[in-house]
Amino acid sequence: MNKMLFRLVISQFKLFFREPGVVFWSFGFPVLMAWILGIAFANKGEIERNIAVVAENPEEVYLVPEWLLNKTGTASTKYSRESGLEWKVGENHGEQAHFRFLVMSEDAAILALKRGQIALWIEGSPERDLRFRFDPNNTDARLTYLLLESAFRKQKSLNRKTEVLPLTTIGIRYVDFLIPGLMAISIMNACLWGIGWNLIELRIKKLLRRMVATPLKKSVFLLSHGLNRMFISAAELLLLYVFAHFYFDITIQGSLLALSLIFLSGYSAFAGIAVLISSRAENTQSGNGLINSVTLPMFILSGIFFSYHNFPDWLIPYVEVLPLTILTNSLRGVITEGIGLAQAIQPAIGLFGIGGVCFALGLRLYHWH
Amino acid sequence: MTIEVRNVCKSFKDVDAVLNVNLRVESGEAVALLGPNGAGKTTLVEMIEGVQTPDSGEILILGKTWQSDESFLRQEIGLALQETRFQDRLTVEETLWLFASFYHLEKERTNEVLKIIQLESKRKTWVVQLSGGQRQRLALGIAILSRPRILILDEPTTGLDPNARRDLWKILEDFKATGTTLILTTHYMEEAEFLCERIVMMDQGKILAEGSLSQLLEKFSEGDLIEYAIDGTFPIERAKALSGVVSSHWKAESGQGLLTVKSISETLPDFLDLIKFSTASLTSLECRRRTLDDLFLAMSGRHLDE
Repeated sequence: MNKMLFRLVISQFKLFFREPGVVFWSFGFPVLMAWILGIAFANKGEIERNIAVVAENPEEVYLVPEWLLNKTGTASTKYSRESGLEWKVGENHGEQAHFRFLVMSEDAAILALKRGQIALWIEGSPERDLRFRFDPNNTDARLTYLLLESAFRKQKSLNRKTEVLPLTTIGIRYVDFLIPGLMAISIMNACLWGIGWNLIELRIKKLLRRMVATPLKKSVFLLSHGLNRMFISAAELLLLYVFAHFYFDITIQGSLLALSLIFLSGYSAFAGIAVLISSRAENTQSGNGLINSVTLPMFILSGIFFSYHNFPDWLIPYVEVLPLTILTNSLRGVITEGIGLAQAIQPAIGLFGIGGVCFALGLRLYHWH
Repeated sequence: MTIEVRNVCKSFKDVDAVLNVNLRVESGEAVALLGPNGAGKTTLVEMIEGVQTPDSGEILILGKTWQSDESFLRQEIGLALQETRFQDRLTVEETLWLFASFYHLEKERTNEVLKIIQLESKRKTWVVQLSGGQRQRLALGIAILSRPRILILDEPTTGLDPNARRDLWKILEDFKATGTTLILTTHYMEEAEFLCERIVMMDQGKILAEGSLSQLLEKFSEGDLIEYAIDGTFPIERAKALSGVVSSHWKAESGQGLLTVKSISETLPDFLDLIKFSTASLTSLECRRRTLDDLFLAMSGRHLDE
């Protein structure tokens, strides 16, 4: 039995190492991901926590209130009109935090919260009770609040009580932030798994070569896959929205036309990526690996579950051009901010462009036989 | 002329799959490409099907090339590739409808094809639930849907049991009567003999010989065979001297012998008389015509089913 077991194990090792694609996706890909994400998430203590300071008078917007300067102390702060007041606290690693205070009106704070640009806002002043406003269901906001309150207390400047006012207004809750992101993921998965994986599977079954050996035009063949998944994806989104509407009271604030345009452009972007991904993969392992290598980084970086504004500054411009980020931000724009068709055109062009480039490249590389 | 292959070569990395092959197939002719695995049959038919592109040489089909007339040729050629797996969860008739739509055919044609491939009772059955033979018949049905002028089948019966193979042969035999040009790759000599008037024997990317079965055997073989086993002392020298014997092989230790003869009917009576009047007794006897496998073995040193 031991000999049998030994021979079986050895044979399986040989099979594994004789398939270079499998070796890469098993060893190379996790290390690559660890490297990329490790860089992205390194120096967690340096994450900037953006906090809005709501000015009670419109004239005070952009002016850092006196009480805040007293509280933070000038030695550890840095101020510029564009980037606000930066405050780094904590001596040892466990206590370190990096806050950025942006003074703005309440309307601007609401918008920033919807976009994930801030985690919470402060209103009032220590003399008249300081109020922290955030959605308690947002763990990132809750952590920011705890760190900030602790930092204020260490400065011995919280002489009076503070108050937490939960934000439960529809449109600025964590769930309002989350649902458009889940919709974007649904579109991405519908394309990459629904189109990309299906095409790879057809190639593995040799059905792809059989189909293109008929008078069927390749463009019609690809279009059929795109259309089929588009209807299914639209139905998935509708179902998700109906659920979110009745269970979480989420409503679409913006134009339905804008939403349709964003859906179509996002779908086109990911359908193009799906064609590119499926253009060469010859077996299950490489197909799986390729799809995961595209979905996983965007899943983490694109601000689906928490704001990407927590990432280091240098990373944010790259994150913002990822198709999932553009789609998520646009869906949030329509659903929670109420943007119209005119504002949806620019991101839609970007998404159509990504889709077009990937589709053209995919067709050039496509291995039909 | 339906198909003309001129000086075609194709190689993959360091393997020469097809080497300077020339082949002409007339309209309505049935041609078998016969050879063992790795002979280059599939590569050659895939180039004829337009699935692969030759490295050099030219292929003309109905006077046209894949480069200039792909859409025309796709209409005229029906094919069954090796090991195609159709969608598991489509039914037989749904699969046929799908492919019929590629040729702009009506559903009536799929009913006709279901009858031809004898899968009418399975029309509502998912592909995943079909047996190997039924799947091959479905692949054949898809190939003939458009009433193609040229039908190319790549090892259509490989892996099938003898009954399923014979069922498919019967369907193909009936279909041949419609005048369709047929090219078939196989490593079963019986299949080539049964279905095709002309056999092209291939090995290592080259054509070794071609012609009808009788032409090949006549041209390349030295005669028929009498295989026997003897218990006792056998006068082998007298056997060699029998009328019509071309050559003789004898293994004294096992008592087995092989006579190559010009004609079985000429030599067999004398051979039986020789045994009758000797002290030996015959324990087994097989008289057979020389087969393609014998011929292939003589030409390439390999058996067809290798």
